[in-house]
Amino acid sequence: MTLLDSHKDVDNLTLTFTTEFDADVERVWQLWEDPRQLERWWGPPDYPATFETLEFSAGGEARYYMTTPEGAKPRGWWRITAVDAPRRLEFQDGFADDKGDPIDVTDVAVCVVTLEASDRGTRMTVVNTFRSAEQLDEMIKMGMEEGMAQALGQIDGILAESPVSR
Amino acid sequence: MLTYNQMVVYQLSDSAVDRIFQALADATRRDIVERILRREQSVSDLARHYDMSFAAVQKHVAVLERATLVTKERRGREQIVHGNSETLRRAAELLDAYEQIWHERASRIGEILSETEKGSDT
Repeated sequence: MTLLDSHKDVDNLTLTFTTEFDADVERVWQLWEDPRQLERWWGPPDYPATFETLEFSAGGEARYYMTTPEGAKPRGWWRITAVDAPRRLEFQDGFADDKGDPIDVTDVAVCVVTLEASDRGTRMTVVNTFRSAEQLDEMIKMGMEEGMAQALGQIDGILAESPVSR
Repeated sequence: MLTYNQMVVYQLSDSAVDRIFQALADATRRDIVERILRREQSVSDLARHYDMSFAAVQKHVAVLERATLVTKERRGREQIVHGNSETLRRAAELLDAYEQIWHERASRIGEILSETEKGSDT
Protein backbone atom coordinates (compact mmCIF):
# COMPACT_ATOMS: atom_id res chain seq x y z
CA MET A 1 0.00 0.00 0.00
CA THR A 2 1.31 3.43 -0.91
CA LEU A 3 -0.31 6.65 0.18
CA LEU A 4 -0.44 8.96 -2.83
CA ASP A 5 -2.35 11.92 -1.50
CA SER A 6 -4.51 13.07 1.35
CA HIS A 7 -6.36 16.35 1.25
CA LYS A 8 -8.40 17.93 4.01
CA ASP A 9 -10.89 20.67 3.28
CA VAL A 10 -11.80 22.09 6.69
CA ASP A 11 -14.45 24.50 5.38
CA ASN A 12 -16.39 21.78 3.62
CA LEU A 13 -15.64 18.98 6.09
CA THR A 14 -14.20 16.81 3.35
CA LEU A 15 -11.36 14.32 3.41
CA THR A 16 -9.97 13.00 0.12
CA PHE A 17 -7.69 10.03 0.52
CA THR A 18 -5.81 8.38 -2.36
CA THR A 19 -3.80 5.17 -2.11
CA GLU A 20 -2.32 2.68 -4.53
CA PHE A 21 -2.36 -1.11 -4.24
CA ASP A 22 -0.41 -3.88 -5.97
CA ALA A 23 -3.49 -5.67 -7.26
CA ASP A 24 -5.85 -5.24 -10.14
CA VAL A 25 -9.03 -3.20 -9.96
CA GLU A 26 -11.31 -6.27 -9.84
CA ARG A 27 -9.46 -7.66 -6.82
CA VAL A 28 -9.67 -4.37 -4.88
CA TRP A 29 -13.38 -4.09 -5.80
CA GLN A 30 -14.00 -7.50 -4.19
CA LEU A 31 -12.73 -6.09 -0.89
CA TRP A 32 -15.68 -3.68 -0.94
CA GLU A 33 -18.29 -5.95 -2.49
CA ASP A 34 -17.83 -9.08 -0.37
CA PRO A 35 -19.00 -8.42 3.21
CA ARG A 36 -16.68 -11.12 4.63
CA GLN A 37 -13.68 -9.38 3.03
CA LEU A 38 -14.96 -5.90 3.84
CA GLU A 39 -15.21 -6.68 7.55
CA ARG A 40 -11.58 -7.83 7.57
CA TRP A 41 -10.42 -4.25 7.00
CA TRP A 42 -13.26 -1.79 7.80
CA GLY A 43 -12.55 -2.01 11.52
CA PRO A 44 -9.26 -2.80 13.27
CA PRO A 45 -8.57 -6.32 14.65
CA ASP A 46 -9.49 -5.38 18.23
CA TYR A 47 -12.53 -3.39 17.13
CA PRO A 48 -13.96 -5.33 14.22
CA ALA A 49 -16.90 -4.54 11.97
CA THR A 50 -19.59 -7.13 11.23
CA PHE A 51 -21.79 -6.57 8.17
CA GLU A 52 -25.14 -8.28 8.69
CA THR A 53 -26.41 -7.14 5.30
CA LEU A 54 -24.71 -5.61 2.30
CA GLU A 55 -26.92 -5.12 -0.76
CA PHE A 56 -24.34 -4.07 -3.27
CA SER A 57 -26.46 -2.22 -5.81
CA ALA A 58 -27.92 1.27 -6.18
CA GLY A 59 -30.70 1.68 -3.62
CA GLY A 60 -29.32 -1.17 -1.52
CA GLU A 61 -28.61 -1.01 2.18
CA ALA A 62 -25.94 -2.27 4.47
CA ARG A 63 -26.29 -2.83 8.19
CA TYR A 64 -23.27 -3.29 10.35
CA TYR A 65 -21.97 -3.05 13.88
CA MET A 66 -18.60 -2.64 15.48
CA THR A 67 -17.60 -4.73 18.51
CA THR A 68 -15.61 -2.82 21.09
CA PRO A 69 -13.06 -4.61 23.29
CA GLU A 70 -15.63 -4.19 26.11
CA GLY A 71 -18.28 -5.94 24.03
CA ALA A 72 -20.41 -2.91 23.13
CA LYS A 73 -21.90 -2.91 19.63
CA PRO A 74 -22.29 0.55 18.13
CA ARG A 75 -24.31 0.19 14.94
CA GLY A 76 -24.23 1.89 11.55
CA TRP A 77 -25.95 1.64 8.21
CA TRP A 78 -25.17 2.49 4.60
CA ARG A 79 -27.44 3.45 1.76
CA ILE A 80 -25.76 2.60 -1.53
CA THR A 81 -26.52 5.41 -3.97
CA ALA A 82 -24.46 4.37 -7.01
CA VAL A 83 -22.54 1.29 -8.11
CA ASP A 84 -20.51 1.09 -11.31
CA ALA A 85 -18.53 -2.14 -10.90
CA PRO A 86 -15.57 -2.26 -10.62
CA ARG A 87 -14.89 1.45 -10.81
CA ARG A 88 -17.14 3.53 -8.63
CA LEU A 89 -19.17 3.18 -5.44
CA GLU A 90 -21.14 5.88 -3.66
CA PHE A 91 -22.83 5.43 -0.34
CA GLN A 92 -24.23 7.28 2.63
CA ASP A 93 -23.11 6.25 6.08
CA GLY A 94 -25.18 6.92 9.19
CA PHE A 95 -25.71 5.82 12.77
CA ALA A 96 -28.23 3.16 13.68
CA ASP A 97 -30.14 2.25 16.83
CA ASP A 98 -29.89 -1.05 18.74
CA LYS A 99 -32.11 -2.79 16.18
CA GLY A 100 -29.94 -1.58 13.31
CA ASP A 101 -32.48 0.96 12.05
CA PRO A 102 -31.26 4.43 11.02
CA ILE A 103 -31.51 6.96 13.85
CA ASP A 104 -31.84 9.85 11.40
CA VAL A 105 -31.88 9.15 7.66
CA THR A 106 -30.77 12.71 6.91
CA ASP A 107 -27.78 12.59 9.23
CA VAL A 108 -25.39 10.86 6.86
CA ALA A 109 -21.80 11.20 5.74
CA VAL A 110 -21.23 10.69 2.02
CA CYS A 111 -18.46 8.42 0.77
CA VAL A 112 -17.43 8.16 -2.88
CA VAL A 113 -14.93 5.45 -3.81
CA THR A 114 -13.20 5.43 -7.19
CA LEU A 115 -10.90 2.67 -8.43
CA GLU A 116 -8.63 3.23 -11.43
CA ALA A 117 -6.02 1.02 -13.04
CA SER A 118 -2.52 2.43 -12.48
CA ASP A 119 1.05 1.37 -13.34
CA ARG A 120 1.37 -0.51 -10.07
CA GLY A 121 -2.13 -1.90 -9.97
CA THR A 122 -5.01 0.12 -8.61
CA ARG A 123 -5.38 3.68 -7.47
CA MET A 124 -8.19 4.06 -4.92
CA THR A 125 -9.63 7.48 -4.10
CA VAL A 126 -12.05 7.83 -1.20
CA VAL A 127 -13.85 11.14 -0.72
CA ASN A 128 -15.63 11.52 2.63
CA THR A 129 -17.93 14.47 3.21
CA PHE A 130 -19.50 15.14 6.58
CA ARG A 131 -22.67 17.05 7.37
CA SER A 132 -21.79 18.38 10.78
CA ALA A 133 -19.15 18.45 13.43
CA GLU A 134 -21.16 16.24 15.72
CA GLN A 135 -21.32 13.62 12.99
CA LEU A 136 -17.60 13.77 12.18
CA ASP A 137 -16.76 13.57 15.85
CA GLU A 138 -19.03 10.50 16.27
CA MET A 139 -17.50 8.80 13.23
CA ILE A 140 -14.03 9.40 14.63
CA LYS A 141 -15.11 7.90 17.92
CA MET A 142 -16.39 4.79 16.15
CA GLY A 143 -12.86 4.35 14.85
CA MET A 144 -11.10 5.79 17.86
CA GLU A 145 -10.40 2.56 19.72
CA GLU A 146 -7.79 1.65 17.17
CA GLY A 147 -6.10 5.04 17.36
CA MET A 148 -5.79 4.92 21.11
CA ALA A 149 -4.74 1.28 21.09
CA GLN A 150 -2.12 2.07 18.51
CA ALA A 151 -0.84 5.06 20.43
CA LEU A 152 -0.47 2.88 23.52
CA GLY A 153 1.26 0.22 21.43
CA GLN A 154 3.71 2.83 20.18
CA ILE A 155 4.43 4.05 23.68
CA ASP A 156 5.05 0.44 24.75
CA GLY A 157 7.40 0.05 21.80
CA ILE A 158 9.34 3.18 22.66
CA LEU A 159 9.58 2.13 26.31
CA ALA A 160 10.86 -1.30 25.29
CA GLU A 161 13.57 0.30 23.13
CA SER A 162 14.83 2.89 25.59
CA PRO A 163 17.57 1.84 28.01
CA VAL A 164 15.64 2.33 31.23
CA SER A 165 17.88 0.23 33.42
CA ARG A 166 21.33 1.65 34.05
CA MET B 1 1.99 8.32 12.50
CA LEU B 2 -0.70 10.82 13.37
CA THR B 3 -1.88 9.32 16.62
CA TYR B 4 -0.93 12.49 18.42
CA ASN B 5 -3.86 14.19 16.74
CA GLN B 6 -6.30 11.65 18.06
CA MET B 7 -5.24 12.49 21.57
CA VAL B 8 -5.90 16.14 20.82
CA VAL B 9 -9.36 15.24 19.58
CA TYR B 10 -10.00 13.43 22.82
CA GLN B 11 -9.48 16.63 24.75
CA LEU B 12 -12.20 18.50 22.83
CA SER B 13 -15.72 18.28 24.19
CA ASP B 14 -18.53 17.41 21.79
CA SER B 15 -20.14 20.78 22.21
CA ALA B 16 -16.88 22.66 21.55
CA VAL B 17 -16.33 20.72 18.35
CA ASP B 18 -19.90 21.32 17.32
CA ARG B 19 -19.62 25.06 17.83
CA ILE B 20 -16.46 25.22 15.71
CA PHE B 21 -18.00 23.42 12.75
CA GLN B 22 -21.37 25.13 12.99
CA ALA B 23 -19.56 28.45 12.99
CA LEU B 24 -17.56 27.50 9.89
CA ALA B 25 -20.57 26.08 8.07
CA ASP B 26 -21.66 29.59 7.04
CA ALA B 27 -20.02 31.31 4.03
CA THR B 28 -20.15 34.81 5.56
CA ARG B 29 -18.55 33.60 8.75
CA ARG B 30 -15.81 31.79 6.82
CA ASP B 31 -15.18 35.03 4.97
CA ILE B 32 -15.00 36.96 8.25
CA VAL B 33 -12.49 34.46 9.61
CA GLU B 34 -10.34 34.77 6.49
CA ARG B 35 -10.30 38.57 6.75
CA ILE B 36 -9.57 38.51 10.46
CA LEU B 37 -6.72 36.07 10.07
CA ARG B 38 -5.14 38.38 7.51
CA ARG B 39 -5.58 41.47 9.69
CA GLU B 40 -7.40 42.23 12.92
CA GLN B 41 -10.16 44.78 12.42
CA SER B 42 -13.14 46.39 14.07
CA VAL B 43 -16.69 45.10 13.72
CA SER B 44 -17.63 48.30 11.85
CA ASP B 45 -14.73 47.81 9.38
CA LEU B 46 -15.93 44.27 8.81
CA ALA B 47 -19.53 45.36 8.34
CA ARG B 48 -18.52 47.51 5.35
CA HIS B 49 -17.63 44.39 3.37
CA TYR B 50 -21.08 42.85 3.62
CA ASP B 51 -24.47 43.69 2.30
CA MET B 52 -26.11 43.33 5.69
CA SER B 53 -26.72 45.36 8.79
CA PHE B 54 -24.08 46.08 11.41
CA ALA B 55 -26.20 44.07 13.86
CA ALA B 56 -26.20 41.06 11.52
CA VAL B 57 -22.41 41.16 11.19
CA GLN B 58 -22.12 41.53 14.93
CA LYS B 59 -24.24 38.39 15.32
CA HIS B 60 -21.92 36.45 13.01
CA VAL B 61 -18.92 37.66 15.01
CA ALA B 62 -20.67 36.52 18.19
CA VAL B 63 -21.14 33.01 16.75
CA LEU B 64 -17.43 32.92 15.85
CA GLU B 65 -16.57 34.17 19.31
CA ARG B 66 -18.59 31.43 21.02
CA ALA B 67 -16.76 28.90 18.86
CA THR B 68 -13.48 30.48 20.07
CA LEU B 69 -12.47 31.12 16.47
CA VAL B 70 -12.14 34.85 17.14
CA THR B 71 -11.83 37.06 20.19
CA LYS B 72 -13.22 40.55 20.62
CA GLU B 73 -11.53 43.38 22.46
CA ARG B 74 -12.91 46.81 23.22
CA ARG B 75 -10.55 49.58 22.15
CA GLY B 76 -12.07 52.99 22.83
CA ARG B 77 -15.35 53.05 20.98
CA GLU B 78 -14.42 50.22 18.70
CA GLN B 79 -14.65 46.48 19.09
CA ILE B 80 -11.56 44.90 17.55
CA VAL B 81 -11.83 41.31 16.33
CA HIS B 82 -8.75 39.05 16.43
CA GLY B 83 -8.39 35.64 14.84
CA ASN B 84 -7.68 32.48 16.78
CA SER B 85 -5.71 30.23 14.47
CA GLU B 86 -5.34 27.70 17.29
CA THR B 87 -9.03 26.80 17.09
CA LEU B 88 -8.91 26.54 13.30
CA ARG B 89 -6.02 24.17 13.73
CA ARG B 90 -8.19 22.01 15.98
CA ALA B 91 -10.81 21.76 13.25
CA ALA B 92 -8.11 20.50 10.91
CA GLU B 93 -7.02 18.04 13.57
CA LEU B 94 -10.46 16.44 13.60
CA LEU B 95 -10.08 15.67 9.91
CA ASP B 96 -6.56 14.41 10.68
CA ALA B 97 -8.05 11.89 13.06
CA TYR B 98 -10.45 10.64 10.40
CA GLU B 99 -7.55 10.51 7.94
CA GLN B 100 -5.72 8.27 10.37
CA ILE B 101 -8.64 5.82 10.31
CA TRP B 102 -8.33 5.62 6.52
CA HIS B 103 -4.56 5.16 6.76
CA GLU B 104 -5.13 2.12 8.89
CA ARG B 105 -7.90 0.76 6.66
CA ALA B 106 -5.66 1.14 3.62
CA SER B 107 -2.80 -0.70 5.28
CA ARG B 108 -5.15 -3.54 6.24
CA ILE B 109 -6.34 -3.71 2.61
CA GLY B 110 -2.69 -3.87 1.58
CA GLU B 111 -2.12 -6.79 3.95
CA ILE B 112 -5.12 -8.74 2.66
CA LEU B 113 -4.00 -8.15 -0.92
CA SER B 114 -0.48 -9.35 -0.20
CA GLU B 115 -1.90 -12.56 1.32
CA THR B 116 -3.80 -13.36 -1.86
CA GLU B 117 -0.76 -12.46 -3.98
CA LYS B 118 1.38 -15.05 -2.15
CA GLY B 119 -0.40 -17.95 -3.76
CA SER B 120 0.36 -16.71 -7.26
CA ASP B 121 3.73 -15.15 -6.47
CA THR B 122 6.27 -15.34 -9.27
